[in-house]
Amino acid sequence: MLSVENVTIDLPTPGGLKRIVRGVSFGLREGGSLGVVGESGSGKTMTALALMGLLPEGARVGGAIRFGAVDLARLDEREMQRLRGDRLAMVFQEPMTALNPLHRVGDQVGEPLRLHRGLSRRAALAAAVDLLARVRLRDPEKLARAHPFQLSGGERQRVMIAMALACAPKLLIADEPTTALDVTVQANILDLIATLGAEGGMAVLLVSHDLAVIARHCADVLVMYGGAVMEAGPSEAVLRRPLHPYTRALIAARPQVGAPRGARLQAIPGAASDGGVGCPFAPRCPVVLPVCHAMPAPVVALPNGQTIACVRVTPEGRFA
Amino acid sequence: MTSLRLGLVFVSLVALAALVSLVWTPYPPAALDIAHKLTAPSAAHWLGSDALGRDVLSEILAGARVSLLVGVIAVGVGLTFGVALGLVASSVGGGFEDLLMKACDFAYAFPALLLAILLTATYGPGVFNAILAIGLANVPVFAKLTRAAANASLSREYALAARAAGRGPAAIAVEHVLPNIAAPLIVQATIQFAIAILAEAALSYLGLGAQPPLVSWGRMLADAQGWLFVAPRLALFPGLAIAFAVLGLNLLGDGLRDALDPKLRARA
Repeated sequence: MLSVENVTIDLPTPGGLKRIVRGVSFGLREGGSLGVVGESGSGKTMTALALMGLLPEGARVGGAIRFGAVDLARLDEREMQRLRGDRLAMVFQEPMTALNPLHRVGDQVGEPLRLHRGLSRRAALAAAVDLLARVRLRDPEKLARAHPFQLSGGERQRVMIAMALACAPKLLIADEPTTALDVTVQANILDLIATLGAEGGMAVLLVSHDLAVIARHCADVLVMYGGAVMEAGPSEAVLRRPLHPYTRALIAARPQVGAPRGARLQAIPGAASDGGVGCPFAPRCPVVLPVCHAMPAPVVALPNGQTIACVRVTPEGRFA
Repeated sequence: MTSLRLGLVFVSLVALAALVSLVWTPYPPAALDIAHKLTAPSAAHWLGSDALGRDVLSEILAGARVSLLVGVIAVGVGLTFGVALGLVASSVGGGFEDLLMKACDFAYAFPALLLAILLTATYGPGVFNAILAIGLANVPVFAKLTRAAANASLSREYALAARAAGRGPAAIAVEHVLPNIAAPLIVQATIQFAIAILAEAALSYLGLGAQPPLVSWGRMLADAQGWLFVAPRLALFPGLAIAFAVLGLNLLGDGLRDALDPKLRARA
């Protein structure tokens, strides 16, 4: 249903266009779920925004983003507007600021319905109450009349999700939807998104920096670094047997439950750099070879669906 | 008493004077009575009479009308065009925004008084041309403020979320941005109102604004100039009226800013 093919994104900077995403490809089936993982600057948010056509002014998108029969990368703003909030929906990182503080919750949740389905104000409000109930909010009638400041962070994020679900989109993009929330609320929200996706045959694209969280809530995972895909495949396989040095380092860097007191967390040495033509991770890679700096690594595809962009991984899925 | 309440009281008094003058003044404000010229304040003329025997209190009351009219129209013109320009500039962005803001800088740099003189030289002096000049001078003030506030509002996530819901730029500007930037605009409107009253007084004093028989505080000052040593009160009363109105509006603007901006309230 969604097929992203060799997408590149160039952003304008004072020093000219800068390539932020260099050739990302992935697919998503109807009702499927994909988690995009990476650290700040890995290009994961820009990739998500490119799908929505919400990149900053002056950004250039290369490649193709096939969504059903159309190429999202080639649509103009007016055509994009018709899809946004209808077939495509997005949930943002900051529920505290993503709702307009001056409009009532019910009006905001019903807005896409009035816009795309031509519902009257009254009908949209009634639909909004149903939507608020669907995202498991208590007392939806009262909540629909409330202003955003009267809601907690978790409630606001549920409201955002309700708004995104309004027109039953084919694809829901959630960009770090739980970063601003308490840990206990995080799991609830992610479970909710996963459940709603499965219920409605809606594809979910979850963007996060937390590999373990993603792996638990998405069928597939995509690990990005420096604007390129390092490793991808079924979550379970990638998490159990990561093959790319970056994925391994990412998993090793996680705090371990039961680790001795005072033990240091394992860091990835060096800092993210612009890199040249080679593998973006080469400057920080513990097993780097001279060839890594010279050219991008070939992609190795394993029978279980796992793909790894690293010269050290053999076609049999062994580390050499 | 807070500056908000004090300002509200002052401005209400000026508005009350203007309203009262519509139905009643002690004497017709433009009625001459040469026999009783330059009389000191008395029971018959509470604030005395001027060089042509006109009742000063009646003139002050009627002058409030002109001052408020000037303020309302000049700020109205500035708000309407300024806010529209600012919103368009920030919604469209890019080179168009730069161009529009450079044009505003240019208009800013052009003295409002000179613009007024230009207008009156072309179309003749009169209170309408004065109002137009003051209103035009207000446009870049509101345009720049609107654009700056709108850009800040557009960078908030709710604007992005509205785009993600499929809203167009015009709808976002009117429904999401404008209500969220109303507070600084209201405060600025109050301040510009005070400036407009001062500007009208200055223009009328120079003979570019209200023409006889229309009474304005600035024209009263101009008339009083010749009698400064004989009857200084003729300059004092309209001067006090102008100061009172401007002070009231500034206090109101200050108070509104404190009341509408929670960040300032926390510091106080």
